[in-house]
Amino acid sequence: MSDHVVIVGASVGGVRTAQELRRLGFEGDVTVVGEESEQPYDKPPLSKQLLLGTQTEEEISLLGDGGWEAINTRAKLGTRAESIDIDSMVVSLSDGDELDYDALVIATGVRPRSLAPGLTDLDSVYTVREMRDSRALAARAALGPVVVVGAGFIGAEVASSLRNLGAEVTMTEALASPFARVFGREVGGLVTDLHRSNGVDLVTQASVNAIEKSGDQTLVRLVDGRVLEAATVVLGIGATPNSEWLENSGLKIGDGVFVDAGCAVLASGFGPHAEGVYAIGDVARQVDPGTNKHYRVEHWTNAVEQAHVVARQIVDPVATPEPLKAPYFWSDQFGTKIQMVGRPHESTSVSLHHFEAGGIERTAALYAYEGRLAAAVTFGWPRAIAACRSAWRTGTPVAEVLTKLRDLADRAKPVSA
Amino acid sequence: MRVASDLAKCQGYGNCVAIDERHFDLDDDGLVVVREEHVTQEERDTADEAIRSCPVAAIWLEDVR
Ligand SMILES: Cc1cc2nc3c(=O)[nH]c(=O)nc-3n(C[C@H](O)[C@H](O)[C@H](O)COP(=O)(O)OP(=O)(O)OC[C@H]3O[C@@H](n4cnc5c(N)ncnc54)[C@H](O)[C@@H]3O)c2cc1C
Ligand code: SF4
Repeated sequence: MSDHVVIVGASVGGVRTAQELRRLGFEGDVTVVGEESEQPYDKPPLSKQLLLGTQTEEEISLLGDGGWEAINTRAKLGTRAESIDIDSMVVSLSDGDELDYDALVIATGVRPRSLAPGLTDLDSVYTVREMRDSRALAARAALGPVVVVGAGFIGAEVASSLRNLGAEVTMTEALASPFARVFGREVGGLVTDLHRSNGVDLVTQASVNAIEKSGDQTLVRLVDGRVLEAATVVLGIGATPNSEWLENSGLKIGDGVFVDAGCAVLASGFGPHAEGVYAIGDVARQVDPGTNKHYRVEHWTNAVEQAHVVARQIVDPVATPEPLKAPYFWSDQFGTKIQMVGRPHESTSVSLHHFEAGGIERTAALYAYEGRLAAAVTFGWPRAIAACRSAWRTGTPVAEVLTKLRDLADRAKPVSA
Repeated sequence: MRVASDLAKCQGYGNCVAIDERHFDLDDDGLVVVREEHVTQEERDTADEAIRSCPVAAIWLEDVR
């Protein structure tokens, strides 16, 4: 068993690892190093409840009562890990400290992409990844029109929240059909409808050429010459793994850090593993032992599942890791829960189904690969996605899933609210 | 031990159901339903995992008084 576990990244992956180590009875030292100086908080509410003001900063804290002491963990916040030496098993920090580790957990997540260097230094241009971003955006909702660049999940949620706060919102998307990248055209169309019917002005085939200030206004210049005027611009154009600090460390890096089923990091070249080094969460690119494909997943549930896997591996290195779980994601937009299980891009067909359950319209999209459920997306129907999650695990034929959903809809009781 | 829930917190994310179908279900409103309150010693680990998977801490275990 390891004596000193160093965890880099003090967000959900890192904090959950420390908590799980203690729950499993780990008695060695645990140090968490985190670049943000805030006490750890949960990120999904940044574009939803926190932005809307329905949850407070205290409510999204990741530490339980008793804080760091309760999990007997030393926290070095406001501190970056700058490099590691995998032979001498040392990690070097921005404050000059060097920590010896027996196990190192890389949980450094991702950061939003920007269109151009220095762009987010403009006081009207934002990305959403940290508490201060959400705080600032909430305060800007009343200042005038907002342009959200990029119709991805985070952009879409920010659009929804800011609309709710009364802002005029325009969202731009480079492709012809927004949300098609993850969902495909048809299902993407449903999200598009949701936004349009709630008053979001969606501008498609709109590639941004430049963003500049002009007096009080910020101008978003599109490649085709159109210009959108905004008080505030939010960039939602995807994210990049925080793995630069590991370059030249001898680890296998490439759009994330490559890990095996137990989250152990692979060495670059032909070496098998870097001893005692693990990676989890948004930064990790994990192999699916069944298919030998690697996936990097930017979803909350994945980070928590991998935190549990890694803690177990550290405490018991010869344990066989559990098989990968169904990738799962939720998003809240305009009061509708959009939930997804599986990988739509690995399907060969998709069918859309509308139901009435409990007096409410519900929609489910079922994606098939060789007749079996490859993925499912539901709108406003948590009960159905729960059924699809268990169907995904067992590789259930889509026809059977559909019968199950019909049955759920038929048996649904009228909804109370 | 027994399972308790706070419906005002529950967001219908369904992580609890995905892990422990014996104790948790969702209703048509998309809110958690405790199917079985009582948690035996053998069920404890699974129930615990389900509870820790909840993104909004809407479920927990409490001692039976
Ligand atoms: C606005 C927003 C909304 C979201 N909504 C949803 C949702 O609805 N559903 C869902 O499933 N997922 C959602 N997600 C994704 C989810 O939050 C992430 O999957 C999750 O936070 C990943 O956790 P992590 O610990 O891997 O990384 P992160 O949460 O990204 O944390 C990584 C941490 O490491 C720190 N760090 C980076 N480099 C270093 C370094 N060199 N040294 C020290 N520290 C470092 C960073 O500062 C950061 O605090 C959302 C994310 C955001 C930003
Ligand atoms: S995991 Fe939590 S939020 Fe999700 S259904 Fe269960 S109790 Fe509700």
